Amino acid sequence: MGNDLLNMIELRDFNLPTTKNEDWKYTNVAPIMKYNYVLGTSLGNEDHLSSVLDEYFFQDFDYYKVVFINGIFAGKLSDLTGLESGIIVDSLSNFQKNNSELLSKHLNKYSAIDNGFNELNNSLSSDGLVVYVPKGKVVDKPIQVLYFNGDKTENVLSVPKNLIIAEENSQVSIIANYHGIKGKEYLTNVVTEVYAGKNSIVDLYKIQLEEENSFHIEKVQAYQESNSLFNHYNFTFGGSITRNDINTCLNDENIESHFYGLYLAHKNQHVDNHTFVDHAMPNCMSNELYKGILDGESRGVFNGKILVRRDAQKTNAYQSNKAVLLSKSAVIDTKPQLEIFADDVKCSHGAAVGQLDEDSEFYIKSRGIPQDIAKSMLIRAFAADVIEKIKIDELREQINHLVFEHLNRVEVKNN
Amino acid sequence: MEEIKTNGLQEKDEISEDMQLLNDVTKNEYKWGFITDIESDTAPKGLNEEIVRFISLKKGEPEWMTEWRLKAFRHWQTMEEPKWPNVKYPKIDFQDIIYYSAPKKKPQLNSLDEVDPELLKTFEKLGIPLEEQKILSGVAVDAVFDSVSVATTFKETLKEKGIIFSSVSEALKDHPELVKKYLGSVVPYTDNYYAALNAAVFSDGSFVYIPKGVRCPMELSTYFRINNEETGQFERTLIIAEDDSYVSYLEGCTAPIRDTNQLHAAVVELVILENAEIKYSTVQNWYPGNSEGKGGIYNFVTKRAACRGNHSKVSWTQVETGSAVTWKYPSCILQGDYSVGEFYSVAVTNNFQQADTGTKMIHLGKNTSSTIISKGISAGKSNNSYRGLVKVAKKADNARNFTQCDSMLMGDKCGAHTFPYIEIENDTARVEHEATTSKVGEDQIFYLNQRGISTEDAVNMIVNGFCKEVFNELPMEFAVEAQKLLAISLESSVG
Repeated sequence: MGNDLLNMIELRDFNLPTTKNEDWKYTNVAPIMKYNYVLGTSLGNEDHLSSVLDEYFFQDFDYYKVVFINGIFAGKLSDLTGLESGIIVDSLSNFQKNNSELLSKHLNKYSAIDNGFNELNNSLSSDGLVVYVPKGKVVDKPIQVLYFNGDKTENVLSVPKNLIIAEENSQVSIIANYHGIKGKEYLTNVVTEVYAGKNSIVDLYKIQLEEENSFHIEKVQAYQESNSLFNHYNFTFGGSITRNDINTCLNDENIESHFYGLYLAHKNQHVDNHTFVDHAMPNCMSNELYKGILDGESRGVFNGKILVRRDAQKTNAYQSNKAVLLSKSAVIDTKPQLEIFADDVKCSHGAAVGQLDEDSEFYIKSRGIPQDIAKSMLIRAFAADVIEKIKIDELREQINHLVFEHLNRVEVKNN
Repeated sequence: MEEIKTNGLQEKDEISEDMQLLNDVTKNEYKWGFITDIESDTAPKGLNEEIVRFISLKKGEPEWMTEWRLKAFRHWQTMEEPKWPNVKYPKIDFQDIIYYSAPKKKPQLNSLDEVDPELLKTFEKLGIPLEEQKILSGVAVDAVFDSVSVATTFKETLKEKGIIFSSVSEALKDHPELVKKYLGSVVPYTDNYYAALNAAVFSDGSFVYIPKGVRCPMELSTYFRINNEETGQFERTLIIAEDDSYVSYLEGCTAPIRDTNQLHAAVVELVILENAEIKYSTVQNWYPGNSEGKGGIYNFVTKRAACRGNHSKVSWTQVETGSAVTWKYPSCILQGDYSVGEFYSVAVTNNFQQADTGTKMIHLGKNTSSTIISKGISAGKSNNSYRGLVKVAKKADNARNFTQCDSMLMGDKCGAHTFPYIEIENDTARVEHEATTSKVGEDQIFYLNQRGISTEDAVNMIVNGFCKEVFNELPMEFAVEAQKLLAISLESSVG
């Protein structure tokens, strides 16, 4: 008990943002502050979890397996056999011991501390995922990382700090998979930094399936060198309050960035996605597609900012965000934002909010398909263009399945 | 400044405790012998309760009006200047402004030869008739063109229909009950910093009342009402359209206005009742400062329309080419069922101009719809922002909104920004938002060049095409002038 008191985190000590802050206008973090958290200690003996945790992984394809429990690396549960030499997938604390020079070159170099949550992560974090892909290497299988959070008796705070380094001509695909344990409320507060070197390709999938009494906050900050490609896929299913900040800085020429997002919320869930694409140099391309499906009394927030700086001529920047409200009490606040200082650019953004099309529903029903299936078909169609972007076939099908499971709707399979 | 004498103003007041406190705060002024002369035409610089009383007294306003102004002033003192817009300007010293002066007569000139040739050039390009040019530049008008008589016949026609079109001060004397009922009901003095300031010190403005079932037979324009008066620094416009009525109101004119006041903080309130419609068009061409960004007017306006009845409609159209800093969001509160709000805007910024403008569509009633078409053009080193809010409240079933905001950039030193806020609390809402940013296409210019059209004209054609959707909404005469105005504003921005 005495130990716990020492580890107790007083959130009030951190200057957490309020709704007076323009970036947090629609997200009230007061419910998060109601609890006193214990910093993520491991949930006791890891070994017995091995069989339990297996079911949380996305299956039917080959992957390197990494497990974090409450933000702390669980080496025994991870399986990295077959990883090509030179490529490093490890915990932040191990990496610090073995490769401190490399680490100091990259860690905290891309992500500035923008708010109290970043500060919280920065001052308390001791572990996280590090992926290092040296020049010219391609990681042959995706790396699936399971972040397993929460505790049955304590309010846990997990603060993993992740770092992905993809050097020149390298390629890596990472699946970050967030789950929790049914129990007390917990807070996951993540910072992920991505360095995409020249000609590199980085795919980062995030599937957030935390418990519905949990809070999830993540900031992704990418930094891209010339000719690099960064794809971020963001799927939100769980959490009572979720906030994602996905930022990228296109700091050289011929860079491409794609952000895809799908968020589903029901009951009282609150999902807030903020994206920021910083075009600093000419001849780059960015594309964003975010879709939300809101049911029950849930609330969705989308804020997408595109900044085209003075030098970033010949920029192409597109953004589209759409939300569908399935219930009377669902709320969506969306704010696409363009700030453009260069004249020879093509930029556009579109936002649309509506409900499922009545005519389409009628059309389907008139062909003898029951109402609930008709609705599900339309939801399937709405979500399809984000889900289709997933490059791993098996993962795509499993996420598709999750959409219907989460909304408690009849599943409609492809084809 | 004139010699200032004491008078008994102070004793007349019932000094409440609040007042006492405020008096203490502003006491410094008294120590230096700051006493207002009621006979004087001009108030001394600075702002305090005395000045507010002085303005009210000068205008012979009823007691409740004075009180209202004072309340606004006291509220203003508790407020802080907002900092959120995307514009930069030096801090305004509110104690360095003269808040009341009798309308100045412009120096009378004998012929157009005495007028600044640059101004004449602009008139010519706008195609303003010679006689009108003389009025605008303050040349004595001959007997043939009697603007006063035009205005008089105008007024008679309106009177027959029961339409009231006068200044707010006149309306306060003739129809105090109407003013009392509606003034501040759409934009309360607590609304924002500049609305509070305006409520405390507004000089004058237009008052329009359209009775039930009347369709105003002509476009009402401030130009006719003001005649040879100057536009005020703190204007306040109030338009009330009773059930089943219609009015189209024009504010400003395309001719360049060289005003000596740097800060303009106007308030416009529109009240639209059942089945009524107000169309409000603005062309703003105040002094934008010189090409180095020196001088120019700060235009901070609060404009809002309340569609209170079912099937009521409001339409804002604006062409903003002037002012160094423009900061305004004509808004629509769609309270009545089936009410409609429209916003059409062209904002042009050149040199060092800054504009942060847009609209707010607040859907409260059922089956309400709104349209926003905004065109921003930035040239030189200017910055142009669109900032808009579309809000659909919980009970606003079947609300519909379409928003399109397009920006055009000319040159690589300017900026275009969009900040659209969309807040939806009802699942039956259909809201669409589109925004694009582009430049004048080189191949388009080349195509026109090929056909013997100079680059300057080609750019004008392309820009006019870009703004066409908005110009279509302007009254005919205005639309023609607005097109030319655009060309002048963008002059020499394409090299």
